[in-house]
Amino acid sequence: MKKRIIVVGGGLSGLMATMKICEAGGQVDLFSLCPVKRSHSVCAQGGINAVMNTKGQNDSVWEHFDDTVYGGDFLGDQVAIKGMVENAPKLIEMFDRMGVTFTRTAEGVLDLRNFGGQKNKRTCFSGATTGQQLLYALDEQVRMWETKGCVTKYEFWEFVKIIKTKEGECGGIIAQNMKSMEIEAFAGDAVIIATGGPGFVFGKCTASTICTGSAVSSCYQDGAYLGNPEFIQIHPTAIPGDDKNRLMSESARGEGGRVWTYRDGKPWYFLEDMYPAYGNLVPRDIAARAIFKVCVHMGLGINGENRVYLDLSHIDTDYLNRKLGGILEIYEEFVGDDPRKVPMQIFPAVHYSMGGMWVDIYHRTNIIGLFSSGECDYQYHGANRLGANSLLSATHSGTISGPKAMEFTKTREWIDGAKAVSAPLTAEELAKAKADAEAEFEKLMAMDGEENAYVLHKELGELMLENVAIERHNDRLEYCGKELVKILKRWDNIGLTDKGRWFNQEVMFVRQLRNMIVYARAITQAALQRNESRGAHYKEEFPNRDDENFLKTTRVKCNPQTLAPEIDYIDFDHSMIKPRPRRYDIAKGGK
Amino acid sequence: MAEQKKVHFIIERQDSPDSAPYTEEFLLDYRPAMNVVSSLMEIQKNPVNKAGKKVSPVVWECNCLEKVCGACMMVINGKARQACAALIDQLEQPIRLAPARTFPVIRDLMIDRSVMFENLKKVQAWVAVDGSWEVKPADRQNPYTATEAYEISRCMTCGCCMEACPNVGPQSDFIGPAAIGQAHLFNLHPTGQYDKHKRVGALMQKGGSSSCGNSQNCVQACPKQIKLTTYIAQMNRDINKQALKNIFSK
Repeated sequence: MKKRIIVVGGGLSGLMATMKICEAGGQVDLFSLCPVKRSHSVCAQGGINAVMNTKGQNDSVWEHFDDTVYGGDFLGDQVAIKGMVENAPKLIEMFDRMGVTFTRTAEGVLDLRNFGGQKNKRTCFSGATTGQQLLYALDEQVRMWETKGCVTKYEFWEFVKIIKTKEGECGGIIAQNMKSMEIEAFAGDAVIIATGGPGFVFGKCTASTICTGSAVSSCYQDGAYLGNPEFIQIHPTAIPGDDKNRLMSESARGEGGRVWTYRDGKPWYFLEDMYPAYGNLVPRDIAARAIFKVCVHMGLGINGENRVYLDLSHIDTDYLNRKLGGILEIYEEFVGDDPRKVPMQIFPAVHYSMGGMWVDIYHRTNIIGLFSSGECDYQYHGANRLGANSLLSATHSGTISGPKAMEFTKTREWIDGAKAVSAPLTAEELAKAKADAEAEFEKLMAMDGEENAYVLHKELGELMLENVAIERHNDRLEYCGKELVKILKRWDNIGLTDKGRWFNQEVMFVRQLRNMIVYARAITQAALQRNESRGAHYKEEFPNRDDENFLKTTRVKCNPQTLAPEIDYIDFDHSMIKPRPRRYDIAKGGK
Repeated sequence: MAEQKKVHFIIERQDSPDSAPYTEEFLLDYRPAMNVVSSLMEIQKNPVNKAGKKVSPVVWECNCLEKVCGACMMVINGKARQACAALIDQLEQPIRLAPARTFPVIRDLMIDRSVMFENLKKVQAWVAVDGSWEVKPADRQNPYTATEAYEISRCMTCGCCMEACPNVGPQSDFIGPAAIGQAHLFNLHPTGQYDKHKRVGALMQKGGSSSCGNSQNCVQACPKQIKLTTYIAQMNRDINKQALKNIFSK
């Protein structure tokens, strides 16, 4: 009989895993709370890194490896990273064969562009909508497999929780049909969580509204460990908005965009001034902090507001349209100015989570039978992600989690020689899991307190942005941790305005919100306990990197009674490239 | 203090696929840079209608809010478009929101567009690669053809073209502009074109390209400015060619 694997999430990683499983002869049940073609991967703009070395720069896979490790401030697992950068050119060739409309040079080969934290042109791109194009390619391939009967899609189904066997292994999932609200228990020979990042925990961010981190938080509450959740990337260039902060791709800087503000009545190109070696192409954490400093500490934002200019107006219009059309349209559409003529106004915004579910290099979590891949895992990016490495890690991780899940269904082997011993869930066990989940859901439906879930979410986002974002202080982190406990308590007092049992979005959001609050506590506590500055995690009280104490992965367990995060630190593989100081004012030091 | 400026919405609601639609009005406090999605989010935070009655929040679909996922398409002041990119400052009030009724309504502004994804299966909108494993690298592509392909591949399956088309709907079996554009996209690809005859064959059937009435609404409605009518015309030429070929090869 064919092995059945449950994949939760239909972004790049989930779809890549699905395709690999089908190719290996498996059967996939694919769950997504939206049509998979609308997953958040569509939002990635600038490109995907891979050493194609077609620009006469002697680019090498080792250089990509080193840039990624260095950019991540040495907190990324080097064995995992090496595997990723070695696989990258093969993935580009795969996407090319699938028909991705990469932007091409005059002689018809894939064009490459610059990106932050990398000296060589290494970023393949499809205009400024690369994520959309890559996602569509895998969406098409999975649709082909669907017509062959190898994939069953459960779209508009929300993952609720994993089902554990009596031995504590993952034997399946509970999911809920968002239309009929019916709850169902599904058995699987393995489960892959590929549900993306938790940006919505911070309220306004560059992520889609579906990026709540709810599924990850649910697994965390059921015993899955988190790794490095304190590392949240703040993207330096976003368009501040009423409903969200829209990403303005790093490719704008990659294609020659300059960041500036007025000082003493004259334009001050502060990134070029502060970081002469990389200039506007410094990595995201560096650029974001510089902009924050210029606006908040020096009071030099445009008209005193928290904004600086990102300027493309000196670049030829045809060139801009060809290379950046998609994002220029977004700016025009949502702001009303033409960035080809006037400088854009931007400010940093929460963008990406380097941390997530702890996994080994084969994307196995600490729960036997449960895999995780994509932004929702903690792998590859260490303390800071390089631009255009996320489409890469999302895709690459799917090429690992899918085949490894298939392999597991046969060998039943897990981390450190552990072996799965559980029998498949019986009909009675599935029925019981379903009944339990239904009872939990009835409790949600009965909530009739005073709080509005959406208002409470807004407060959560503001609290997190205020205290756990770009600059962190221990007193404020402590305060935030206590406030989060209060918010969790207030969650109990939510009242539903929608009592309907047909496509009730509110009750689903109430459940997501609880998971977001629990996840927020893990981020905050991990940030509090890491007394150093590394990558995206910056504390003025501890401005330096402290390899002696913190060249370690933060591992977070959820206390099942109190839901409080419990933290320890574990070693990871940093054997190939020895840590060295990370500086962008001078060219990258020797290796 | 000046009086708080308001935004007036008249929203066509419907509790379930089978129930009768009704309208409900909302008055929101105006803020700069509001759009239709952010307004609906405000209603979630305070679901009270114009008459002061507490109601259930309006249901709609949205994800990215950057006009790239295609989820939030609805009819705004009579026009099918993405709600996230519909700025309040540019809309005439009262602002009327309605679901795109070319598709079955699920609840309120939420619609069922699964037919669009099914259509992509009919036209085999993919390149039939042997596998995700390593094969010979793909051939070079003419950059001008690639640019045309890129334009079409930005189609986000939002359904604006389907809603705007007078020939798509329960009265006809027309597959609609989006799928025809996608079929053409894969016919342009160097290896995708190997299956061109299958795509053209599918669109020769009843409900294929010939059901287009040439109203030209789709090309105006497309939020990505995809030249849908051009590609439908191209598909019709391909169909005629193949039809001739079929006659002579008999």
